[in-house]
Amino acid sequence: MLNIVGRRYWWFLISLIIILPGMFSLVTHGLRLSIDFTGGTLWELQMSQPVQPGEIKAVLADHGYDDSLVQTTEDNGLMIRMKELKEGSPEKNAIASDLKGKFGDFKELRIESVGPTLGNEIRNRAMIAVFFASIGILAYIAYAFRNTKNPFLYGTAAIIAMLHDVAIVVGIFSILGWVEGVEIDSLFVTALLTVIGFSVHDTIVVFDRIRENLGRRAGRTFEQTVNYSVVQTMVRSLNTSLTVIFTLLALYLLGGETIKYFVLALLIGIVAGTYSSIFNASQIVVVWHNREIHRFLARLRGQSQSSVTA
Amino acid sequence: MRIKPWYMLLMILILAGAATWVDLPGQAADPLGLKKGITIHEGLDLQGGLQVVLQARPPAGVTVNNDALLGTRDTIARRVNGLGVSEPLIQTRGSDQIIVELPGVKDPESAVTILQQTALLEVIDPQGQFLPEGTVVNTDRGPATDSEAAAASSSPAASGSPAPAASPAASESATQPSASPAATGPTYTTIVTGADLEDAYPATDNVGALVVGFKFKPDPGKKLQEFTRQNIGKPLSIVVDKKVINTATIQEAFGQTGQISGMTVDEVNALVLQLKSGALAVPLEVVQSRTVGPTLGSDSIDKSLIAGIVGLSVVALFMILYYRFPGVLAVVALLIYTALVFALFKLIPVVLTVAGITAFILSIGMAVDANVLIFSRLKEELRLGHNIRRAVEAGFDHAWPSIRDSNISTMITAVILYWFGKYTGASIIQGFALTLFIGVGISMFTAITVTRTLLRVFLTSSIFHNRWWYGIESSPTSPAQSSSTSIGTAD
Repeated sequence: MLNIVGRRYWWFLISLIIILPGMFSLVTHGLRLSIDFTGGTLWELQMSQPVQPGEIKAVLADHGYDDSLVQTTEDNGLMIRMKELKEGSPEKNAIASDLKGKFGDFKELRIESVGPTLGNEIRNRAMIAVFFASIGILAYIAYAFRNTKNPFLYGTAAIIAMLHDVAIVVGIFSILGWVEGVEIDSLFVTALLTVIGFSVHDTIVVFDRIRENLGRRAGRTFEQTVNYSVVQTMVRSLNTSLTVIFTLLALYLLGGETIKYFVLALLIGIVAGTYSSIFNASQIVVVWHNREIHRFLARLRGQSQSSVTA
Repeated sequence: MRIKPWYMLLMILILAGAATWVDLPGQAADPLGLKKGITIHEGLDLQGGLQVVLQARPPAGVTVNNDALLGTRDTIARRVNGLGVSEPLIQTRGSDQIIVELPGVKDPESAVTILQQTALLEVIDPQGQFLPEGTVVNTDRGPATDSEAAAASSSPAASGSPAPAASPAASESATQPSASPAATGPTYTTIVTGADLEDAYPATDNVGALVVGFKFKPDPGKKLQEFTRQNIGKPLSIVVDKKVINTATIQEAFGQTGQISGMTVDEVNALVLQLKSGALAVPLEVVQSRTVGPTLGSDSIDKSLIAGIVGLSVVALFMILYYRFPGVLAVVALLIYTALVFALFKLIPVVLTVAGITAFILSIGMAVDANVLIFSRLKEELRLGHNIRRAVEAGFDHAWPSIRDSNISTMITAVILYWFGKYTGASIIQGFALTLFIGVGISMFTAITVTRTLLRVFLTSSIFHNRWWYGIESSPTSPAQSSSTSIGTAD
């Protein structure tokens, strides 16, 4: 039988290698937050003729909106990110008529504005939502595993595996932020919460099998029982993830532009979630159960003591 | 008691048939007209439109209480009525915000302007006429503006309500529907305004009937006392945004305090809210707005639909190739699942958004998961040498705890997402959460009930006892033998 649990520290190392660059980027560059969190206006226009972003920026600067970001999109489209410009305000009307005068008529595809206070509020709510999702899941797993020796062990391991997935998605989006200019918006938070749900969903299936096999005394040691359970559920984990990945890939490749990065976040999160449910979650349970960290620290302490005496 | 699989199958077919009937577009196959009003509700991102979060910005020292906020909401709702939007959504959020969603609104810019106006509450002298509710009037505080007149002409209250009073002027307005009365009508005198009002509250009068009590500031109170003393027996109208919301007959002179009687509980509550918000006259500021042009919307819905169909087909193919016969049943269950969820969306109704469609497609993956769990178990049981009938039952029984636990954790996140969506002011996220919740819930039903029933029904025929159907090639015994041993061990 495959020995997946035995090589646990290799799997942890692979996770670390994937997580570290993202975390490094997060510390050095942070996340590129959208107007949902910072406040401001996102204005998408379709011009009747090709226009250089610089020309638009000049017009905006004339009206006092000097640090605006202008990008061109397909079919003479323009994406403008700027300070808050309220719908129906005199400032907006002035800019619109100025643009029309200089570059001809345009179609307004969308305009979203968020006030700065509300942006802060949404950011706080997003963090609270992630926090409560974790607590809710921890509580449910502890309840579902109440008959095992240590119910919180499973809940905690599932949460660590979940944080692993969140770290990978957030890290990659931090890199995408400064490389590609991808922004974090409320849809991203939605994707993140969905990934959390899916990750735990996957992990629970493995834990359920461990619970069942422990009751049957399927393996000689705890580690063997866990390994047996992981191998038994692996095909199912891969098949389920594959079906979800198929549908998400279809959405990513064929779906609309507005949800492209939302779907990408889901895709990355679900691949990470599948990996962590097979290679990390149960392994964490074993590490905890065998008190491996405790023994490792004790050995370290023993070594340092012996080196002092030597 | 165990229901026979054939009965169960019949029930499932009826349910699936009913769901498909609801799913059919428009009034198709509906001679009795039962489906009237059941339509797909498209979100802002699909059909375009405007979403605004309005924040109350009261002057320093004044706090906005809940009643005033509700009153402001009702005022906005009345204005929105005139904009010709089919499914507006107006709700309060927190202690001082109002969310307005106007799907498909033609001119978002002027809509914002109309929404943002501060409501002016006036008590006017209707010059002896009993002005019906909804009448648009000019007062000496300024005439009704164009947008208000436009709002009134398309509002059902203005053109539909009969004028009960018997004065000649009123009967004239009854025969000639008040299309644009503001332009031609007389200018009425404003006695007091909302700024003069101190408080309004529900109360009971001396015979115990529910009334609206109110209290004015001292000076305006005197003005009102003066007027009412001279006009006992004549009507008095309360006007918000130049539109009459209540006309009452003056029974006796009143001063600073008074009451309005003869209304139902709902009417009393609505009027109290109106008066309270009128007293505050809270200025509203736009703190968040989202306008989506219809072009972007239709683009997204077509693309999402194609993606959904492609994704679903790939999943179906995968399931059939990998799990064979049970895979086919799983695909049938999946189709029933899709029909059920879509019917529920129409009935509840769930607002369909691009994110919601994504959630739906995602939930298809999760619906498949339950079947994958069951079939993996089924294969394991078959490899252990159990006969098919026992393997099917054992597969379902053993897979159930995993299905339950994993789906509940997804539902927990969906509930929290719904809460989060409420505070981001985006129906997009709420739609996603609701879709995910319904999808996961229904998927548990279809995976367990539908697939199981189908398998049980087919297992009544011995053709389907061949292990090849279940993807077990390396059967220790030949198909014929295995089916005969299965009879031996089963009973």
